[in-house]
Amino acid sequence: MTRLFISRDSTALSLGAEQVAQTIQAQTKDKHIEVVRNGSRGLYWLEPLIEVETSQGRIAYGPVQPEDVASLLENGLLEGKQHPLCLGNIEELPYFKNQNRLTFARVGLTDPVNLDDYIAHDGYQGLKNALTMQPTDIVKHVTDSGLRGRGGAAFPTGIKWNTVLNAPAEQKYIVCNADEGDSGTFSDRMIMEGDPFVLIEGMTIAGLAVGATQGYIYLRIEYPHAKVALNQAIAAAYQNGYLGENIQGSGKTFHLEVRMGAGAYICGEETSLLESLEGKRGLVRFKPPLPAIVGLFGKPTVVNNVISLASVPVILDKGGEYYRDYGMGRSRGTLPLQLAGNIKHPGLFEVAFGMTLRELLYDYGGGSASGRPIRAVQVGGPLGAYLHEGQFDTPLDYEAFAAISAVLGHGGIVVHDDTVNMADMARYAMEFCVEESCGKCTPCRIGSTRGVEVIDRIVSDVQKDKNTVLLRDLCDTMVFGSLCAMGGMTPYPVLSALNHFPEDFGLQKAAKV
Amino acid sequence: MQDYQSQKPIVLDILDAHRTMPGNLLPILHGIQDTLGYIPPAAVEDIAKALYLSKAEVHGVISFYHYFRTTPPGKHTIRICRAESCQAMNSKALENHAKQTLGVDFHETTSDEHFSLEPVYCLGNCACSPSITIDDEVHGRVTPEKFDQLLAACKGAK
Ligand SMILES: Cc1cc2nc3c(=O)[nH]c(=O)nc-3n(C[C@H](O)[C@H](O)[C@H](O)COP(=O)(O)O)c2cc1C
Ligand code: SF4
Ligand code: FES
Repeated sequence: MTRLFISRDSTALSLGAEQVAQTIQAQTKDKHIEVVRNGSRGLYWLEPLIEVETSQGRIAYGPVQPEDVASLLENGLLEGKQHPLCLGNIEELPYFKNQNRLTFARVGLTDPVNLDDYIAHDGYQGLKNALTMQPTDIVKHVTDSGLRGRGGAAFPTGIKWNTVLNAPAEQKYIVCNADEGDSGTFSDRMIMEGDPFVLIEGMTIAGLAVGATQGYIYLRIEYPHAKVALNQAIAAAYQNGYLGENIQGSGKTFHLEVRMGAGAYICGEETSLLESLEGKRGLVRFKPPLPAIVGLFGKPTVVNNVISLASVPVILDKGGEYYRDYGMGRSRGTLPLQLAGNIKHPGLFEVAFGMTLRELLYDYGGGSASGRPIRAVQVGGPLGAYLHEGQFDTPLDYEAFAAISAVLGHGGIVVHDDTVNMADMARYAMEFCVEESCGKCTPCRIGSTRGVEVIDRIVSDVQKDKNTVLLRDLCDTMVFGSLCAMGGMTPYPVLSALNHFPEDFGLQKAAKV
Repeated sequence: MQDYQSQKPIVLDILDAHRTMPGNLLPILHGIQDTLGYIPPAAVEDIAKALYLSKAEVHGVISFYHYFRTTPPGKHTIRICRAESCQAMNSKALENHAKQTLGVDFHETTSDEHFSLEPVYCLGNCACSPSITIDDEVHGRVTPEKFDQLLAACKGAK
């Protein structure tokens, strides 16, 4: 029996992986083969990818289109033989080999919804350990790991869990933030489609740690394939005693359910998300009280990003120190970076904190897709700053980014070549804020509308200097007067565009600060 | 527009199925939109009654979320990503091409009721921008030519 792997990841599907899988199946009816629909390795310029299991490891071919299948089979695809599309052992490609795949260890390797496969590849080892521990010890491992929230704010996960653990209540909740609204990000999606059990395991451990028996995954509606994979995996976990009552005979309970969002970016903000889960408009709540104390339905609630929770199993399996040994400074462990936009080799790159942006963009990303110079890079989603070439040597580290008035956020990196107009991008940032503001506070709701108008006036040469001053004032008001980071951080992309690329606003380059 | 009386039993069934679920309003709205294609304005009263909410509250929730719609969609819904990564790969040109080809703007439906066009802000397909979805299927690296092919395939498959 030969095993072939063709991804069910939605980006692979968006490039025709389904048609490739069907063509292979049609042309190998008489052969003894099994086609496993795995997650993606994240080397997206090579998708649709076919991997074949051989004694030399997993030999990959890509990018494959249905019309290539016949010639691949003729040339010995099933034996891993040579072909112009052959890439050799996928795990030996530098882009893959030089990563530190802790959270993504199984993504692309296993059948995402096959529980046996998960267990055969170190799955549920973390839960096994956690079931023998006191809640405080589980929390201690997470605290010791140095893990900070991967959803954007980088708050220490262990401290958050400890707060919920110490909040007395009959009912507590674990809520997974799977709203992943940032442009340029897809790591949550890849985990949910490519290794959903790791998220389920992480949430179960979180439940044991803080004493919560119910979990919700708040999933964005734009991720239908993730919904299917999660629900398949949850069903398998229930059937095999990994969810529900008396988990693996421990007497512990944890229930888990997927809830769909409805296309509002602001619902990624944790309190807006909780409102939405409660069936309301996603208006941001005032803090305090923290969700850890008064969260979902008024109960103590852990809200964590997908990647934060999916990093917990390896921490409980190998210990907090194992994870903490990766990284630099106060940024411990790994960050799954996502290379997107105008980049030759887009994809997922999980690596210890500390690599420079330049290494990532050029050594692995291969420069721009268009072949033109890279001019601006937005890191950390739509609320992240635009960086210029002079800043590419900054190491990927929370503090190093903060020092240049930038953020790492959820690890999304969107590359623009030199055809970009940065005044357009600044305008778009304001426009996005208009579109997505929850409307609760004036600086965000009205400020962003004014922002669009002011940028239009600057660009069309109406009282340029006066309006530039006005734009800066407006950004100040938004930074200091907004309730949440939607209004509070929209000025990051706007001001970085204005400061680093004033010429696109028709301003003197000398105005650069 | 369809007569609500024929839709009402479906709405009531969905309401009934979610009666005991905590935080059930979004799942109910999804259930209705998944089945009927949209949320009929006339359903608001039934929803409000079942959930002990005011009609204004239900309406407020429906209008808060971009995804929910209160008018019937075309046979196929096309969503074009407008976010940064897709912009970096020329999604603006694709957007213009799509609007011109279909003869509609965002939030509109073609006169033959075949296609509804909606904007979307990131599909998580940013590694292969620009991206669109047609119904539930994502398509990556969509050039205007590829868009035309996809459209033709949709029409062929009706
Ligand atoms: C406008 C806005 C959007 C956000 N979107 C997301 C999101 O899509 N996913 C996410 O995990 N966190 C998002 N966050 C951050 C959450 O508020 C919160 O910090 C996070 O879910 C906490 O989990 P973590 O500590 O594991 O990162 C967003 C915040 C803001 C202000
Ligand atoms: S800053 Fe904007 S999104 Fe955040 S609470 Fe205020 S109005 Fe809502
Ligand atoms: S920005 Fe278009 S798919 Fe993410």
